[in-house]
Amino acid sequence: MTGTLAAIGAGLAVIGAGIGIGRIGGQAMEAMARQPEAASKIQTAMIIAAALIEGVALFAVVVALLQG
Amino acid sequence: MSLRLLIKQFGLLTLALLVSFQVVSASEEHAKEDESFNPSEFILDHIKDSHEWHVITKEDGHHVSIPLPIIVYSKNSGLNAFMSTKLAHGHIYKGFQIQHEGPYAGKIIEVGEDFHAEHQQAKEEHAHEDHAVEASEAHTEESDHQAHSEDEVYLPLDFSITKNVAMMFLAALIMLVLFLSVARAYKKQGISEPRGLQGFIEPIILFVQNDIAIPNIGEDKHHKFMPYLLTVFFFIFLNNIMGLIPFPPFGANVTGNIAVTFVLAFITFLITQFSGNKNYWRHIFATPGVPLWLLPIMIPVEIIGMISKPFALMVRLFANITAGHIIVLSLVSLIFIFKAMWVSAVSVPFTLFMDVLELLVAFIQAYVFTLLSALFIGLAVVDDHH
Repeated sequence: MTGTLAAIGAGLAVIGAGIGIGRIGGQAMEAMARQPEAASKIQTAMIIAAALIEGVALFAVVVALLQG
Repeated sequence: MSLRLLIKQFGLLTLALLVSFQVVSASEEHAKEDESFNPSEFILDHIKDSHEWHVITKEDGHHVSIPLPIIVYSKNSGLNAFMSTKLAHGHIYKGFQIQHEGPYAGKIIEVGEDFHAEHQQAKEEHAHEDHAVEASEAHTEESDHQAHSEDEVYLPLDFSITKNVAMMFLAALIMLVLFLSVARAYKKQGISEPRGLQGFIEPIILFVQNDIAIPNIGEDKHHKFMPYLLTVFFFIFLNNIMGLIPFPPFGANVTGNIAVTFVLAFITFLITQFSGNKNYWRHIFATPGVPLWLLPIMIPVEIIGMISKPFALMVRLFANITAGHIIVLSLVSLIFIFKAMWVSAVSVPFTLFMDVLELLVAFIQAYVFTLLSALFIGLAVVDDHH
Protein backbone atom coordinates (compact mmCIF):
# COMPACT_ATOMS: atom_id res chain seq x y z
CA MET A 1 0.00 0.00 0.00
CA THR A 2 2.82 2.38 0.89
CA GLY A 3 4.38 1.53 -2.46
CA THR A 4 1.25 2.60 -4.35
CA LEU A 5 0.86 5.74 -2.25
CA ALA A 6 4.51 6.58 -2.84
CA ALA A 7 4.02 6.19 -6.58
CA ILE A 8 0.92 8.40 -6.48
CA GLY A 9 2.82 11.03 -4.50
CA ALA A 10 5.67 11.00 -6.99
CA GLY A 11 3.19 11.36 -9.85
CA LEU A 12 1.54 14.35 -8.20
CA ALA A 13 4.89 16.05 -7.69
CA VAL A 14 5.77 15.49 -11.31
CA ILE A 15 2.48 17.13 -12.36
CA GLY A 16 3.60 20.28 -10.59
CA ALA A 17 7.00 20.17 -12.24
CA GLY A 18 5.43 19.56 -15.63
CA ILE A 19 3.16 22.56 -15.30
CA GLY A 20 5.98 24.78 -14.07
CA ILE A 21 8.50 23.85 -16.72
CA GLY A 22 5.83 23.97 -19.39
CA ARG A 23 5.01 27.54 -18.43
CA ILE A 24 8.70 28.49 -18.44
CA GLY A 25 9.13 26.99 -21.89
CA GLY A 26 6.04 28.72 -23.23
CA GLN A 27 6.97 32.12 -21.89
CA ALA A 28 10.55 31.68 -23.10
CA MET A 29 9.31 30.93 -26.62
CA GLU A 30 7.06 33.93 -26.53
CA ALA A 31 9.89 36.17 -25.38
CA MET A 32 12.20 34.77 -28.06
CA ALA A 33 9.55 35.49 -30.68
CA ARG A 34 9.18 39.05 -29.51
CA GLN A 35 12.93 39.75 -29.43
CA PRO A 36 14.95 37.26 -31.46
CA GLU A 37 18.29 38.90 -30.73
CA ALA A 38 17.97 38.05 -27.00
CA ALA A 39 17.25 34.41 -27.83
CA SER A 40 20.44 32.89 -26.43
CA LYS A 41 20.20 34.78 -23.15
CA ILE A 42 16.60 33.72 -22.77
CA GLN A 43 17.51 30.13 -23.53
CA THR A 44 20.22 30.07 -20.88
CA ALA A 45 17.89 31.53 -18.27
CA MET A 46 15.18 29.07 -19.26
CA ILE A 47 17.47 26.09 -18.79
CA ILE A 48 18.61 27.29 -15.39
CA ALA A 49 15.05 27.82 -14.20
CA ALA A 50 14.00 24.43 -15.55
CA ALA A 51 16.86 22.71 -13.74
CA LEU A 52 15.92 24.38 -10.46
CA ILE A 53 12.25 23.39 -10.75
CA GLU A 54 13.25 19.88 -11.70
CA GLY A 55 15.39 19.80 -8.55
CA VAL A 56 12.33 20.52 -6.43
CA ALA A 57 10.27 17.86 -8.19
CA LEU A 58 13.04 15.33 -7.72
CA PHE A 59 13.06 16.10 -3.99
CA ALA A 60 9.55 14.67 -3.93
CA VAL A 61 10.57 11.70 -6.05
CA VAL A 62 13.43 10.91 -3.67
CA VAL A 63 11.07 10.98 -0.70
CA ALA A 64 8.66 8.74 -2.60
CA LEU A 65 11.48 6.31 -3.40
CA LEU A 66 12.49 6.21 0.25
CA GLN A 67 8.97 5.41 1.36
CA GLY A 68 7.94 2.93 -1.28
CA MET B 1 57.88 15.70 -21.69
CA SER B 2 55.29 15.44 -24.38
CA LEU B 3 51.64 14.61 -23.99
CA ARG B 4 52.18 11.31 -25.74
CA LEU B 5 54.75 10.22 -23.18
CA LEU B 6 52.46 11.26 -20.35
CA ILE B 7 49.58 9.27 -21.77
CA LYS B 8 51.83 6.27 -22.28
CA GLN B 9 53.00 6.40 -18.68
CA PHE B 10 49.52 6.70 -17.25
CA GLY B 11 48.25 4.01 -19.58
CA LEU B 12 50.96 1.63 -18.42
CA LEU B 13 50.19 2.43 -14.81
CA THR B 14 46.50 1.71 -15.28
CA LEU B 15 47.27 -1.50 -17.13
CA ALA B 16 49.58 -2.61 -14.35
CA LEU B 17 46.88 -1.90 -11.77
CA LEU B 18 44.28 -3.84 -13.74
CA VAL B 19 46.54 -6.82 -14.25
CA SER B 20 47.37 -6.92 -10.61
CA PHE B 21 43.67 -7.13 -9.81
CA GLN B 22 43.38 -10.34 -11.87
CA VAL B 23 40.93 -9.07 -14.41
CA VAL B 24 39.56 -12.13 -16.11
CA SER B 25 36.92 -14.41 -14.64
CA ALA B 26 38.03 -13.89 -11.09
CA SER B 27 34.59 -14.20 -9.57
CA GLU B 28 31.82 -16.36 -10.89
CA GLU B 29 28.40 -17.00 -9.45
CA HIS B 30 25.88 -19.62 -10.39
CA ALA B 31 22.55 -18.52 -11.78
CA LYS B 32 19.81 -17.90 -9.30
CA GLU B 33 17.08 -20.47 -8.97
CA ASP B 34 14.09 -18.32 -9.99
CA GLU B 35 13.53 -17.82 -13.68
CA SER B 36 11.41 -14.67 -13.46
CA PHE B 37 13.13 -11.37 -14.04
CA ASN B 38 12.86 -8.97 -11.13
CA PRO B 39 13.15 -5.48 -12.61
CA SER B 40 13.38 -3.51 -9.39
CA GLU B 41 16.20 -5.74 -8.11
CA PHE B 42 17.97 -5.47 -11.47
CA ILE B 43 17.70 -1.69 -11.46
CA LEU B 44 18.70 -1.22 -7.84
CA ASP B 45 21.71 -3.49 -8.34
CA HIS B 46 22.94 -1.25 -11.11
CA ILE B 47 22.33 1.96 -9.17
CA LYS B 48 24.05 0.84 -6.01
CA ASP B 49 27.72 0.62 -5.22
CA SER B 50 29.36 -2.78 -5.02
CA HIS B 51 32.61 -4.43 -4.02
CA GLU B 52 33.21 -6.01 -7.40
CA TRP B 53 32.88 -4.70 -10.92
CA HIS B 54 30.41 -6.77 -12.90
CA VAL B 55 31.56 -7.13 -16.51
CA ILE B 56 29.20 -9.58 -18.16
CA THR B 57 26.89 -12.49 -17.37
CA LYS B 58 27.49 -15.48 -19.57
CA GLU B 59 24.62 -17.44 -21.07
CA ASP B 60 24.75 -20.18 -18.44
CA GLY B 61 24.28 -17.61 -15.71
CA HIS B 62 27.90 -17.25 -14.63
CA HIS B 63 28.78 -13.71 -13.68
CA VAL B 64 32.17 -12.43 -14.72
CA SER B 65 33.36 -9.56 -12.59
CA ILE B 66 36.52 -7.73 -11.71
CA PRO B 67 37.19 -8.05 -7.99
CA LEU B 68 38.06 -4.94 -6.06
CA PRO B 69 40.06 -4.62 -2.85
CA ILE B 70 38.22 -4.50 0.43
CA ILE B 71 39.85 -2.43 3.13
CA VAL B 72 38.14 -2.53 6.50
CA TYR B 73 39.23 -1.32 9.87
CA SER B 74 37.69 -3.15 12.77
CA LYS B 75 38.07 -2.48 16.46
CA ASN B 76 39.06 -6.08 17.08
CA SER B 77 41.50 -6.94 14.35
CA GLY B 78 42.71 -3.56 13.11
CA LEU B 79 43.25 -2.81 9.45
CA ASN B 80 42.44 -5.63 7.05
CA ALA B 81 42.89 -5.51 3.32
CA PHE B 82 41.99 -8.31 0.96
CA MET B 83 40.36 -8.89 -2.40
CA SER B 84 36.60 -9.16 -2.64
CA THR B 85 36.86 -12.70 -4.02
CA LYS B 86 37.37 -13.85 -0.45
CA LEU B 87 33.89 -12.62 0.49
CA ALA B 88 32.02 -13.80 -2.60
CA HIS B 89 28.95 -16.05 -2.22
CA GLY B 90 28.51 -15.06 1.38
CA HIS B 91 31.76 -16.61 2.60
CA ILE B 92 33.19 -15.44 5.86
CA TYR B 93 36.82 -14.38 5.82
CA LYS B 94 38.74 -13.20 8.87
CA GLY B 95 35.39 -12.69 10.53
CA PHE B 96 33.92 -10.39 7.89
CA GLN B 97 30.88 -11.10 5.79
CA ILE B 98 28.83 -9.18 3.28
CA GLN B 99 25.21 -9.24 4.35
CA HIS B 100 22.56 -9.66 1.69
CA GLU B 101 19.43 -9.21 3.71
CA GLY B 102 18.32 -7.97 7.08
CA PRO B 103 19.10 -4.66 8.72
CA TYR B 104 22.68 -4.52 7.41
CA ALA B 105 21.93 -5.50 3.81
CA GLY B 106 24.74 -4.65 1.45
CA LYS B 107 27.25 -3.85 4.20
CA ILE B 108 30.24 -5.71 5.54
CA ILE B 109 29.73 -6.75 9.12
CA GLU B 110 32.03 -8.43 11.51
CA VAL B 111 30.76 -11.71 12.83
CA GLY B 112 32.31 -13.54 15.72
CA GLU B 113 33.82 -17.03 15.63
CA ASP B 114 30.81 -18.64 17.33
CA PHE B 115 28.47 -17.11 14.80
CA HIS B 116 30.60 -18.63 12.08
CA ALA B 117 30.52 -22.11 13.61
CA GLU B 118 26.79 -22.13 14.30
CA HIS B 119 26.01 -20.49 10.97
CA GLN B 120 27.88 -23.27 9.23
CA GLN B 121 25.98 -25.84 11.27
CA ALA B 122 22.67 -24.18 10.49
CA LYS B 123 23.49 -24.31 6.80
CA GLU B 124 24.23 -27.99 7.04
CA GLU B 125 21.07 -28.54 9.03
CA HIS B 126 18.99 -26.83 6.37
CA ALA B 127 20.62 -29.04 3.76
CA HIS B 128 19.26 -32.14 5.50
CA GLU B 129 15.85 -30.74 6.22
CA ASP B 130 13.94 -33.80 5.08
CA HIS B 131 15.44 -35.88 7.90
CA ALA B 132 12.91 -35.92 10.72
CA VAL B 133 15.52 -36.51 13.39
CA GLU B 134 17.47 -33.43 12.55
CA ALA B 135 14.37 -31.33 11.95
CA SER B 136 14.00 -30.54 15.63
CA GLU B 137 17.66 -29.65 15.85
CA ALA B 138 17.25 -27.45 12.80
CA HIS B 139 14.53 -25.59 14.67
CA THR B 140 16.73 -24.87 17.63
CA GLU B 141 19.57 -23.90 15.29
CA GLU B 142 17.20 -21.55 13.51
CA SER B 143 16.12 -19.88 16.70
CA ASP B 144 19.77 -19.52 17.66
CA HIS B 145 20.37 -18.16 14.19
CA GLN B 146 17.71 -15.51 14.79
CA ALA B 147 19.15 -14.66 18.17
CA HIS B 148 22.57 -14.12 16.67
CA SER B 149 21.25 -11.52 14.27
CA GLU B 150 20.35 -9.45 17.32
CA ASP B 151 23.69 -10.16 18.97
CA GLU B 152 26.44 -7.65 18.97
CA VAL B 153 27.35 -7.22 15.37
CA TYR B 154 30.22 -4.88 14.81
CA LEU B 155 30.20 -2.66 11.76
CA PRO B 156 33.81 -2.15 10.79
CA LEU B 157 34.91 1.09 9.16
CA ASP B 158 34.75 0.40 5.48
CA PHE B 159 37.46 2.06 3.41
CA SER B 160 37.19 -0.34 0.50
CA ILE B 161 37.98 0.59 -3.05
CA THR B 162 34.47 -0.03 -4.31
CA LYS B 163 33.19 0.48 -7.85
CA ASN B 164 32.40 4.15 -7.23
CA VAL B 165 35.76 4.85 -5.62
CA ALA B 166 37.62 3.21 -8.48
CA MET B 167 35.73 5.28 -11.02
CA MET B 168 36.34 8.46 -9.06
CA PHE B 169 40.05 7.66 -9.11
CA LEU B 170 39.79 7.17 -12.86
CA ALA B 171 38.02 10.52 -13.27
CA ALA B 172 40.70 12.21 -11.15
CA LEU B 173 43.40 10.55 -13.28
CA ILE B 174 41.77 11.72 -16.51
CA MET B 175 41.44 15.25 -15.15
CA LEU B 176 45.07 15.29 -14.04
CA VAL B 177 46.34 14.10 -17.40
CA LEU B 178 44.12 16.54 -19.28
CA PHE B 179 44.86 19.66 -17.30
CA LEU B 180 48.51 19.05 -16.56
CA SER B 181 49.24 18.55 -20.23
CA VAL B 182 47.24 21.64 -21.21
CA ALA B 183 49.02 23.71 -18.54
CA ARG B 184 52.36 22.41 -19.76
CA ALA B 185 51.51 23.41 -23.31
CA TYR B 186 50.61 26.92 -22.18
CA LYS B 187 53.87 27.22 -20.27
CA LYS B 188 55.83 26.26 -23.34
CA GLN B 189 53.94 28.40 -25.82
CA GLY B 190 52.69 31.31 -23.83
CA ILE B 191 49.38 32.91 -24.61
CA SER B 192 48.99 32.13 -28.29
CA GLU B 193 46.52 30.34 -30.47
CA PRO B 194 45.61 27.03 -28.84
CA ARG B 195 46.43 23.80 -30.62
CA GLY B 196 45.07 20.31 -30.19
CA LEU B 197 43.77 19.48 -26.75
CA GLN B 198 44.04 23.08 -25.61
CA GLY B 199 41.60 24.11 -28.32
CA PHE B 200 39.10 21.74 -26.80
CA ILE B 201 39.54 22.60 -23.14
CA GLU B 202 40.10 26.34 -23.37
CA PRO B 203 36.57 27.33 -24.48
CA ILE B 204 35.06 25.34 -21.62
CA ILE B 205 37.36 26.95 -19.06
CA LEU B 206 36.59 30.38 -20.48
CA PHE B 207 32.90 29.52 -20.35
CA VAL B 208 33.15 28.68 -16.65
CA GLN B 209 35.09 31.86 -16.02
CA ASN B 210 33.03 34.30 -18.07
CA ASP B 211 29.53 32.91 -17.69
CA ILE B 212 29.62 31.39 -14.24
CA ALA B 213 32.35 32.92 -12.12
CA ILE B 214 32.49 36.57 -13.15
CA PRO B 215 28.74 37.35 -13.22
CA ASN B 216 28.22 35.82 -9.79
CA ILE B 217 31.38 36.50 -7.83
CA GLY B 218 32.60 39.64 -9.52
CA GLU B 219 35.53 40.53 -11.70
CA ASP B 220 37.88 41.33 -8.83
CA LYS B 221 37.29 38.37 -6.54
CA HIS B 222 36.67 35.43 -8.83
CA HIS B 223 40.31 34.37 -9.24
CA LYS B 224 40.46 32.83 -5.78
CA PHE B 225 37.53 30.56 -6.47
CA MET B 226 38.16 29.62 -10.08
CA PRO B 227 40.18 26.47 -9.23
CA TYR B 228 37.35 25.11 -7.10
CA LEU B 229 34.66 25.97 -9.64
CA LEU B 230 36.61 24.43 -12.50
CA THR B 231 37.35 21.29 -10.47
CA VAL B 232 33.77 20.80 -9.44
CA PHE B 233 32.45 21.44 -12.94
CA PHE B 234 34.78 19.00 -14.66
CA PHE B 235 34.53 16.40 -11.90
CA ILE B 236 30.73 16.31 -12.04
CA PHE B 237 30.64 16.47 -15.83
CA LEU B 238 33.20 13.69 -16.28
CA ASN B 239 31.55 11.42 -13.72
CA ASN B 240 28.10 11.99 -15.20
CA ILE B 241 29.34 11.12 -18.68
CA MET B 242 31.35 8.12 -17.51
CA GLY B 243 28.32 6.81 -15.64
CA LEU B 244 26.46 6.56 -18.91
CA ILE B 245 28.98 4.26 -20.61
CA PRO B 246 27.89 0.73 -19.81
CA PHE B 247 31.14 -1.26 -19.62
CA PRO B 248 34.02 -1.24 -17.15
CA PRO B 249 36.02 0.83 -16.26
CA PHE B 250 33.09 3.20 -16.81
CA GLY B 251 29.49 2.70 -15.86
CA ALA B 252 29.52 3.20 -12.11
CA ASN B 253 26.85 5.47 -10.73
CA VAL B 254 29.16 7.93 -8.97
CA THR B 255 27.25 11.21 -8.94
CA GLY B 256 24.05 9.29 -8.29
CA ASN B 257 25.46 8.26 -4.93
CA ILE B 258 24.23 10.55 -2.22
CA ALA B 259 27.47 10.28 -0.27
CA VAL B 260 29.43 11.74 -3.18
CA THR B 261 27.01 14.60 -3.78
CA PHE B 262 26.89 15.21 -0.03
CA VAL B 263 30.64 15.73 0.05
CA LEU B 264 30.54 18.05 -2.97
CA ALA B 265 27.77 20.15 -1.44
CA PHE B 266 29.54 20.12 1.93
CA ILE B 267 32.73 21.45 0.35
CA THR B 268 30.73 24.23 -1.28
CA PHE B 269 29.19 24.95 2.10
CA LEU B 270 32.61 25.10 3.77
CA ILE B 271 33.97 27.41 1.11
CA THR B 272 31.02 29.80 1.41
CA GLN B 273 31.27 29.89 5.20
CA PHE B 274 35.01 30.37 5.33
CA SER B 275 35.02 33.12 2.75
CA GLY B 276 32.08 34.98 4.19
CA ASN B 277 32.93 38.53 5.07
CA LYS B 278 31.52 40.69 7.82
CA ASN B 279 28.65 41.79 5.61
CA TYR B 280 27.53 38.20 5.11
CA TRP B 281 27.52 37.29 8.78
CA ARG B 282 25.75 40.53 9.59
CA HIS B 283 22.99 39.60 7.18
CA ILE B 284 22.48 36.30 8.92
CA PHE B 285 22.65 37.27 12.55
CA ALA B 286 21.54 40.89 12.51
CA THR B 287 19.64 41.43 9.28
CA PRO B 288 19.54 45.17 8.77
CA GLY B 289 16.11 46.67 8.91
CA VAL B 290 14.65 43.94 11.12
CA PRO B 291 13.32 45.01 14.56
CA LEU B 292 14.95 43.38 17.57
CA TRP B 293 11.93 41.36 18.65
CA LEU B 294 11.82 39.59 15.27
CA LEU B 295 15.43 38.46 15.48
CA PRO B 296 14.75 35.20 17.48
CA ILE B 297 12.63 34.11 14.53
CA MET B 298 14.83 35.50 11.79
CA ILE B 299 18.09 33.96 12.98
CA PRO B 300 16.89 30.30 12.87
CA VAL B 301 15.25 31.00 9.54
CA GLU B 302 18.48 32.42 8.15
CA ILE B 303 20.48 29.49 9.51
CA ILE B 304 18.06 27.04 7.94
CA GLY B 305 18.39 28.96 4.68
CA MET B 306 22.17 28.72 5.00
CA ILE B 307 21.99 24.92 5.29
CA SER B 308 19.14 24.24 2.90
CA LYS B 309 20.96 25.73 -0.09
CA PRO B 310 23.79 23.15 -0.16
CA PHE B 311 21.23 20.50 0.78
CA ALA B 312 19.27 21.35 -2.35
CA LEU B 313 22.50 21.15 -4.36
CA MET B 314 23.11 17.66 -3.00
CA VAL B 315 19.62 16.32 -3.66
CA ARG B 316 19.28 17.94 -7.07
CA LEU B 317 22.40 16.32 -8.51
CA PHE B 318 21.76 12.96 -6.87
CA ALA B 319 18.12 12.74 -7.94
CA ASN B 320 18.68 13.92 -11.50
CA ILE B 321 21.46 11.46 -12.24
CA THR B 322 19.86 8.52 -10.43
CA ALA B 323 16.50 9.20 -12.10
CA GLY B 324 18.18 9.23 -15.49
CA HIS B 325 19.87 5.90 -14.85
CA ILE B 326 16.64 4.37 -13.54
CA ILE B 327 14.74 5.49 -16.64
CA VAL B 328 17.32 4.00 -19.01
CA LEU B 329 17.49 0.77 -17.03
CA SER B 330 13.68 0.50 -16.91
CA LEU B 331 13.38 0.95 -20.65
CA VAL B 332 15.94 -1.78 -21.23
CA SER B 333 14.35 -4.14 -18.72
CA LEU B 334 11.05 -3.75 -20.59
CA ILE B 335 12.52 -6.15 -23.11
CA PHE B 336 13.14 -8.72 -20.40
CA ILE B 337 9.75 -8.29 -18.79
CA PHE B 338 7.89 -8.95 -22.02
CA LYS B 339 10.41 -11.55 -23.17
CA ALA B 340 9.68 -10.71 -26.80
CA MET B 341 11.85 -9.52 -29.63
CA TRP B 342 9.48 -6.91 -30.98
CA VAL B 343 9.68 -4.96 -27.72
CA SER B 344 13.29 -4.15 -28.48
CA ALA B 345 12.20 -2.35 -31.65
CA VAL B 346 10.24 0.03 -29.41
CA SER B 347 12.52 0.05 -26.41
CA VAL B 348 15.90 0.61 -28.06
CA PRO B 349 14.97 3.88 -29.86
CA PHE B 350 13.40 5.16 -26.64
CA THR B 351 16.51 4.19 -24.70
CA LEU B 352 18.68 5.91 -27.30
CA PHE B 353 16.61 9.06 -26.99
CA MET B 354 16.76 8.97 -23.19
CA ASP B 355 20.52 8.38 -23.31
CA VAL B 356 21.03 11.45 -25.49
CA LEU B 357 18.83 13.40 -23.09
CA GLU B 358 20.99 12.11 -20.27
CA LEU B 359 24.06 13.52 -22.02
CA LEU B 360 22.36 16.90 -21.99
CA VAL B 361 21.35 16.44 -18.34
CA ALA B 362 24.96 15.49 -17.50
CA PHE B 363 26.16 18.84 -18.78
CA ILE B 364 23.24 20.84 -17.37
CA GLN B 365 23.61 19.36 -13.89
CA ALA B 366 27.33 20.09 -13.83
CA TYR B 367 26.57 23.63 -15.04
CA VAL B 368 23.79 24.21 -12.50
CA PHE B 369 25.85 22.85 -9.60
CA THR B 370 28.78 25.09 -10.51
CA LEU B 371 26.49 28.07 -11.13
CA LEU B 372 24.75 27.75 -7.80
CA SER B 373 28.07 27.23 -5.99
CA ALA B 374 29.36 30.41 -7.61
CA LEU B 375 26.15 32.18 -6.65
CA PHE B 376 26.43 31.17 -3.00
CA ILE B 377 30.11 32.13 -2.91
CA GLY B 378 29.25 35.42 -4.56
CA LEU B 379 26.57 36.09 -1.94
CA ALA B 380 29.14 35.47 0.78
CA VAL B 381 31.83 37.78 -0.56
CA VAL B 382 29.67 40.63 -1.84
CA ASP B 383 30.61 44.03 -0.49
CA ASP B 384 28.22 46.21 1.34
CA HIS B 385 26.49 48.48 -1.12
CA HIS B 386 24.41 50.55 1.27
